[in-house]
Amino acid sequence: MSSLPDIFSTVVQGLGVTLQVLVLSIICASIIAFVAGLSRVNTNPLLRGFTGFYVEIFRGTSLIVQLFWFSYALPGLFNIHLGSDIWVAVLAISLNYGAYMSEIVRGSIQAVAVGQTEASVALNLSKFQRMRHVILPQALRMMLPEYGNYLIQILKATSLVSLIGLTDLLYYGNIYRSTHLAESPTVYVLLLVMYFVIALPLIAFTRKMESVSKKGVAS
Amino acid sequence: MTWSWEVFFSVIPMIFKGLWITLGLTLACYLFAAVFGFFWVFISRLPWRPVRWLFGWLAEFIRSTPPLVQLFFIYYAWPMMPVVGVSLNPFVAAILGLGIHFSTYMSEVYRSGIESVDKGQWEASTALNLSTRQKWMKIILPQAIPPTIPMLGNYLIIMFKEVPLASTIGVVAMLHIANDYGAQYYKYVEPLTVVALFFLLLSYPSALLINKLEKKYNRRFDKKTLA
Repeated sequence: MSSLPDIFSTVVQGLGVTLQVLVLSIICASIIAFVAGLSRVNTNPLLRGFTGFYVEIFRGTSLIVQLFWFSYALPGLFNIHLGSDIWVAVLAISLNYGAYMSEIVRGSIQAVAVGQTEASVALNLSKFQRMRHVILPQALRMMLPEYGNYLIQILKATSLVSLIGLTDLLYYGNIYRSTHLAESPTVYVLLLVMYFVIALPLIAFTRKMESVSKKGVAS
Repeated sequence: MTWSWEVFFSVIPMIFKGLWITLGLTLACYLFAAVFGFFWVFISRLPWRPVRWLFGWLAEFIRSTPPLVQLFFIYYAWPMMPVVGVSLNPFVAAILGLGIHFSTYMSEVYRSGIESVDKGQWEASTALNLSTRQKWMKIILPQAIPPTIPMLGNYLIIMFKEVPLASTIGVVAMLHIANDYGAQYYKYVEPLTVVALFFLLLSYPSALLINKLEKKYNRRFDKKTLA
């Protein structure tokens, strides 16, 4: 146990990469989820079909497979170089979780009572006004608890990026473990605790949102 | 590097062999998680508050930390543990690691099922002087579990997609075969595409099936009793 400071100072070098991937993925995944979720309730069948296809492809295959696929196919097959592997990881994670989260966006929008849409039509609101002022405010509160859950999922997914060579927490943990075999239990317990500490605010957010979404609504 | 259909078709039989290992491992992990999930439910109903609190946080800890790190812990760190440490083969480590991780999710599903059983059913079992065993086996669980079947099915699909994590500790299933092939011939994209296709071919129809089940069950277990 005396080596705990050593382990910590090694592993902590990867904290930046983990947080960077986490924050960028959350931002990109949220944008993708909103665009895809709104597209799936659009009246244009072509747009609906295309996003439906995207969502099913990314939900139907495994994130770890997608991550490997992107890291080999982007530079090799399509000759796309994103500059840094961080962007490959962010792309794979946010496309994957964007697909999952778009289903929450779609589900919540569809869960808003039909009467609300009918009333907005009767009040002669434009399509945009109807979405912006009537449907979305009600749908948003329904999304929030699930959204929080997915943020924790994204955090867990960031541990995969060490597999494509990014130097995150787990990467430095593995490096340390490979030279200090006897201390591997300490290394991985420390890693788990560090991930948990990062997850704590997300857990608190999710719980807060659960109470927010229940407040003032007749169930 | 260009796309080669020749490579694409030639790796299909190889990866198909790995599919059975992936499926077997999924089933084993799922069974472990399904059984172990009851353990968390059991603990959460014990009358000792500190124990409930401790295990509640332990479940939260396992649920919100990466399964990959947990897998590494079980495979690399467990043998180094004093006294209890034993070497595990990759299969067992994967079943334990992923099984324990997902058991914390399964327990939430069971919990939601148990909580949805009408209060009158509990009171009636007490009034009829049923033993604890009879109450759970004959009254509560038969009503709590069936409505959760679609959710349980969903977790089977989710676990199927998490099982490739086991390739990182050396379980030779689909992803591992694809990566090995890639390392040998420097052709990664084709075998990985085949792996992705196999995942899609299996998980998409199962997801549709679960959707159908869900609709059917929602009709059957209409929330009449809660109203």
